[in-house]
Amino acid sequence: MSDPVPIIRVQHVVKSFGSVTAVDDISFDVHRGEIFAFLGPNGAGKTTTIKLLTTLLQPTAGMLELDGLDPIVQPTEVRRRFGVVFQDPSLDQDLTAWENLDIHGVLYHVPRRVRRERAESLLRAFELWERRDDLVKTFSGGMRRRLEIARGLLHTPKVLFLDEPTLGLDPQSRNQMWTYVKQLNASDQVTVFLTTHYMDEADRVADRIAIIDHGRIVATGSSAELRERTRTASLEEAFLALTGTTIRDENATATDQMRQFVRAWRR
Amino acid sequence: MSVVYILWLRELKKYLRSRAQIIGSLGAPLMYLGVLGFSLGPVFQRAGEGSYLQFMAPGVVGMTVLFTAMFSGIAILWDRQFGFLKETLVAPVPRLSIMIGRTLGGATVAVLQGALIFAVTLIVGFRPSTVLAVPLAFLITALVAVVFAALAAGIGSSLKDMQGFQMVMNFLVMPIWFLSGALYPLKGLPAVLAVLTRVDPLTYGVDGIRGTLIGVTHFGVAHDVIVLLAVGVVFLGLGAWRFSRIEI
Repeated sequence: MSDPVPIIRVQHVVKSFGSVTAVDDISFDVHRGEIFAFLGPNGAGKTTTIKLLTTLLQPTAGMLELDGLDPIVQPTEVRRRFGVVFQDPSLDQDLTAWENLDIHGVLYHVPRRVRRERAESLLRAFELWERRDDLVKTFSGGMRRRLEIARGLLHTPKVLFLDEPTLGLDPQSRNQMWTYVKQLNASDQVTVFLTTHYMDEADRVADRIAIIDHGRIVATGSSAELRERTRTASLEEAFLALTGTTIRDENATATDQMRQFVRAWRR
Repeated sequence: MSVVYILWLRELKKYLRSRAQIIGSLGAPLMYLGVLGFSLGPVFQRAGEGSYLQFMAPGVVGMTVLFTAMFSGIAILWDRQFGFLKETLVAPVPRLSIMIGRTLGGATVAVLQGALIFAVTLIVGFRPSTVLAVPLAFLITALVAVVFAALAAGIGSSLKDMQGFQMVMNFLVMPIWFLSGALYPLKGLPAVLAVLTRVDPLTYGVDGIRGTLIGVTHFGVAHDVIVLLAVGVVFLGLGAWRFSRIEI
């Protein structure tokens, strides 16, 4: 199906902080109803892009559009259309899990009954139901992360931004989350914009992937297209071919380093 | 409207849960009441001004409201640090209602804390001239609370880190408190001090509370209320403007 107006349009956007250019002339479109992934190492400009699209930052130059609206001119209208799970914690630790969800529901105008039903089903899905009346400051890191994601899924936005959503999650919660997100995507046509530095995740979940490195978009396409273009067998190799480096993962294992070493010698 | 309410409720819940903070914040006012109240009392009496405790108790209530309101406004900094601020800033609600909700919440907490100290002053021996004066005094206390919660919201939105907080306490809150005439009568002050006390919004708050509670006032209660209302509107406007411009 052709798509007359993409839900997200980014054209020649630059964001500098003093002398540092975090995002350097990026352009891309996200189509309605797709799952779009920003794949890149830490510090590539992924979070800055999300902050620009979610009205938390204003671009130094360039044009942004979300559902045909300019986030600078109509911030509240734009905010009505998206939900976001941030990379850093954004829970109120002095409130309970339930209260955090409830405040979120009110902020996003979710009717009281729907709010309660969805809060309960999400807390159960993320195995936090028994702890719903405990203060968040008593939660472990993983539980906080799960609550954060549950909160982001409480309302049904047009676009859901997920900034490194699975960082610090165990595999079980990770699967739980993707099941939920895919369900939202399928049943409510929620467009999903996610950032990740996990290759397998981008490969498995996203319809299209944009590879970003040093603030620039290196390539955009489906996993298959990227592999085809670079004549490689896996997304990981495609990434290597496009950026010249493996992903700079903070928890890169010794095996990863060995693989890289071997690859370098083969050439 | 529900947004204002839920954010107001959030401030209140957090206050009621922090028993340590409630008890800890009684320390300073108790010290002023106990040490200054009883040590300066005889001097004050000999100067022909009557009971010092009667004079300073309304000032200590004002001080409590000032500190609590400023503290809860500055809590925007905490929310920035712990991330919750982001959650409210990306929500599809006008930033004005977020700021109003927080500010009213902080002001309510300040009034509650002021009421607690008021009860303490009653225990130590403070006596308002009539019981009917008490509700009126609390209306003025509420105005004072809004004025400083709004001021603090503006400052909290402008500061980026905790380091600034100490500066605000030392260079703003302490002078506001000492220049307010909470501890000394305003008549016969040296010219410089007279001007400074008149610029300090808390001066009118303390004067108004004192005027309603014990009938001693320098400017007149009506005058105090008008000044507080005007300053309140200006600070709310400034606070809302600063809050609307937060970038994270």
